[in-house]
Amino acid sequence: MVQMNNVRKVYESSNTVALDGVSLTINDGEFVFLVGPSGSGKTTIMKLITGEIRPTSGQIIVNDFDMGTIKRRKLPKVRRTLGVIFQDYRLIENMNVYDNVAFAMRVVGAANADIKKRVPYILELVGLEGREKRMPNELSGGEQQRVAIARALVNSPRMIVADEPTGNLDPVRSLELMLLFEKINEMGTTVMVVTHEKELVNAFSKRVITIDGGHMISDGMDGYYSYEIE
Amino acid sequence: MTEWMGTTVMRLSRCGYLIREGFRSITTHGFMSFASVTIIMACLIIMGSVSLLSVNIDALIKDLENQNEIVAFVDDSIKDENEAKAIQGSIEALDNVSSVDFVSRDAAMENFMNKYDETFREGIDETVFRHRFVIHLTDIALMSQTKAALESVDGIAKVNAHLEYAHTFVTIRNVVSVISLVLIVILVFVSIFIMSNTVKLATFGRRDEIAIMKMVGATNNFIRLPFVVEGLALGILGGGLAFLAEWGLYNLVTGKLVSTVTESFISFVPFHSVAFEVFVVYMATGILVGAFGGVNAIKNYLKV
Repeated sequence: MVQMNNVRKVYESSNTVALDGVSLTINDGEFVFLVGPSGSGKTTIMKLITGEIRPTSGQIIVNDFDMGTIKRRKLPKVRRTLGVIFQDYRLIENMNVYDNVAFAMRVVGAANADIKKRVPYILELVGLEGREKRMPNELSGGEQQRVAIARALVNSPRMIVADEPTGNLDPVRSLELMLLFEKINEMGTTVMVVTHEKELVNAFSKRVITIDGGHMISDGMDGYYSYEIE
Repeated sequence: MTEWMGTTVMRLSRCGYLIREGFRSITTHGFMSFASVTIIMACLIIMGSVSLLSVNIDALIKDLENQNEIVAFVDDSIKDENEAKAIQGSIEALDNVSSVDFVSRDAAMENFMNKYDETFREGIDETVFRHRFVIHLTDIALMSQTKAALESVDGIAKVNAHLEYAHTFVTIRNVVSVISLVLIVILVFVSIFIMSNTVKLATFGRRDEIAIMKMVGATNNFIRLPFVVEGLALGILGGGLAFLAEWGLYNLVTGKLVSTVTESFISFVPFHSVAFEVFVVYMATGILVGAFGGVNAIKNYLKV
């Protein structure tokens, strides 16, 4: 669960107000689109959720951890409850598909026996069975993003946070990926997708939170509509 | 019990993984590993060579110092050899005296006769010579104090000491020590700087890997350990190879020098007599520089 209460974030180096008094709640099991134009504050919200930055004021609770006051050494605990996906996949180029996914389990100290059981299951879930030995550069963009999703899912996070996951994909692959997120959500994982792809958002009947100029403009089930981005 | 065993197996498995990762990284980043080992070797060999040069100069000066002796003449009123010898105990009891050799007037004359030709020997008999003590000092820098102490020993009439030579030797030794120390300190800093930058360059290519580890919830220690293992392994390898190279180089250079110009008046400290110290210092420096380089190089990536 994510709870933001009157969160304000000012980047001191440039004196930019990235978020100004944002309050929102994302409950466990929800599927949420976070939309808005470039520079609206979407990425700031994501960074606040993952603990990359701290709020200037206000409170943000992520899976029971207060991200404003959490000690640096406790951050790994929060991050283990999150699965993060990026637009550029961020796979390790010299590891094959299996190892890229297993890597996420290894770094949190999972036993080999658990890795051997869990990784094939997750690869099958995201539709990558039979591609375990492929290297990232041998995969299409959609397949690489599936590897990234498998890596985010493999440690059974409470929430998936995806930053523009379809940014590098064609519309068909984008839709397939969204259907995969929907499937993951149906299995009980909270999903937050940060995007600015109007058609894609409107193809699903999900909650949409719109951010612009550091303010929350709307929050509802009406799709990417109520606030037209120029 | 089962839970405890499970945790232990998991910890061992994690430990094994981290160590394997450290070694895997050496082979997967082969060029950077090669560069790191080469730089550690180069720095250690330069440092080691300067140190060995300093050790040799120090040994040479000590040798020359030992040849610089003090002669204390026994009072002429003491004719009896045994009576003169009895003073030796008082001399040996003085500070800074490392060895005392008694030379009787007969022996002194014999030495003189052997040294000079007949023109000088004519009309000289043993009564011209006094019993004497040839004294070597522990620290040549304290020669004037020791000379004064010897002059106050009962039965000693006169003390000959080449204070000006002693001062020259002490000055040379001090200058050599200071230059060596300054060079070694500069080289240590240069080595750490180069090593740290080399490892930084190596880790720069792996910043994405580190960022992913952070993002999936790896702890800083977990991320750091493979880099430390890698740094340690490279440091040990660099230190070991540098030791072997230094050994070969030292024997080659000293061998060449001994067989050519310097044969008649310089002897070098044999490598085997300093090998253990060189090995320990090389390995310790390799380990420290490697581990420090590993930790330092990823410091910035762990802040996120």
